[in-house]
Amino acid sequence: MHLPPLISLAAWLPDLGHDGNFALLSLIKIVGVVAVLLTMVAYAVLVERKVSAFIQDRVGPNRVALPLIGNIPVLGPFLTRLGIWQPIADGVKSFLKEDFTPNHVRKIYFWLAPAVTMIPAFLTVAVIPFGSNLNGEKMVLADLDVGILYTFGIVSLGVYGIVLAGYAANSKYPFLGGIRSSAQMISYEIAMGLSVIPVFMLVGNLNLSSVISYQADGNWIVFRQPIAFLVFLVAAFAETNRLPFDMPESETELVGGYNTEYSSMKFALFFMGEYANMITSSAMMVTLFWGGWTLPFGGFSEPATTLAGGLAHIGIFLGKVIVFMVFFIWVRWMLPRFRYDQLMDLGWRRFLPLTLANLFVTAVIMWLQAH
Amino acid sequence: MQDYLFYIFSALTLLCGALIILSRNPINSAMFLVLSIASMAGLFVLLHAFFLAAVQVLVYAGAVMVLFLFVIMLLDLKVEQRRRINAFGAVTGLLAVGVIVWVMVTTMLGTSLPAVTEVLRHEGGTEPLGTLLFHQYVLPFEILSVLLLVAMVGAILLSKKDLK
Repeated sequence: MHLPPLISLAAWLPDLGHDGNFALLSLIKIVGVVAVLLTMVAYAVLVERKVSAFIQDRVGPNRVALPLIGNIPVLGPFLTRLGIWQPIADGVKSFLKEDFTPNHVRKIYFWLAPAVTMIPAFLTVAVIPFGSNLNGEKMVLADLDVGILYTFGIVSLGVYGIVLAGYAANSKYPFLGGIRSSAQMISYEIAMGLSVIPVFMLVGNLNLSSVISYQADGNWIVFRQPIAFLVFLVAAFAETNRLPFDMPESETELVGGYNTEYSSMKFALFFMGEYANMITSSAMMVTLFWGGWTLPFGGFSEPATTLAGGLAHIGIFLGKVIVFMVFFIWVRWMLPRFRYDQLMDLGWRRFLPLTLANLFVTAVIMWLQAH
Repeated sequence: MQDYLFYIFSALTLLCGALIILSRNPINSAMFLVLSIASMAGLFVLLHAFFLAAVQVLVYAGAVMVLFLFVIMLLDLKVEQRRRINAFGAVTGLLAVGVIVWVMVTTMLGTSLPAVTEVLRHEGGTEPLGTLLFHQYVLPFEILSVLLLVAMVGAILLSKKDLK
């Protein structure tokens, strides 16, 4: 069954031409992706609070009620207990709180740092294929041939936000947080970068769409490269500053680390940046190792020909991302923090040789198979 | 469109480059260097060399400059900021720049640029670059790798306080 195009652009915008259509479609996709990403960030915070409450045998946020919807007999109180309106209250609170700038900070960097944290997290999603196609349009913002390198490049810029925040605060604890962050990022980026090389040796190029088409029919790379996936997973925890690797923040030792001096919306930007980074890392893991938008059964391996199929692919992709998000959150409330020297030891003396060995073994096996 | 982007990116590269050496605060210099590298990546994109652009950002802006910042933040910045320009540094610096400019100008005058065709546009990809590096230029490539290894060993040796 082939559904007719949902929005027939040519009907009401005949004079746009090829370039115009491309620009308009890209704009629609960008707005859609950013809207979904921001919503997921807001609700990831809620899920974090609910999961932590569940693990610690508490109730979690269950007070925020909207005036009219809260009065609907059964549904209203149920939604309130779920805490479904909590993100709205959190957002309003962040905006309305006093935005205090301490006297001793370096003003320019103090203002710049939250934005520098936030922007890379959003830029990375541009190359991730979040669905097969919808109405004949490919569901990826930019189908770059060097997709993965672009992602790593942008992700590696994310560290500037934290380092600059630490420097701008001009006081001890934030400074220590910034220093730790830069050392940690460098250590784990190398392991992360080396861990994905075997993936691209198997696939044959750096384009993320071809990584997904390689994984069609349940031929997921995680089954061929389990070591690469494990290293990538651990490095992702370190890159997103999540427990057990949240050294730059480390509230028991460094007060709040790099964000000690921040308040109001500037703090919220760091907070949102962390969750946006988690979503991007989850999306990367899904794309590289867990088959992206494909499923081995139900005919979901091939690009969709119908609108419903396209939507189902986007749903599958988001579902997989959500599984990883819950995993990120679950780990945070289960494991204690590493010591700083243990973290460095793990990065340089365990992961680096391990990924190199994995790379070598993969190359030898591929060479033997070719001959 | 492409022409305007070219001018914007080159102006940014040059402006940030000038600000690197004009800033008194080493952190500012480092951040301008990051900006300059990023706009150079933009120039690479305009040349369809996506791989080079991505690597430029990944290696220089993402890794090398983070290390620079790490080191700079551990230094005593106040001493650096108060330092005067010394004559020896200015003379040797200008001399070095002069030699590099001379080499670049003579190279540019010595080569004739081929017209941009579709074939050339695809040469920025990973495959042609890899083929060139590991076939035609394999010896310089290997020599460079050994040089980097030597530098690395040297750095470790220098950072050791007491040699056993």
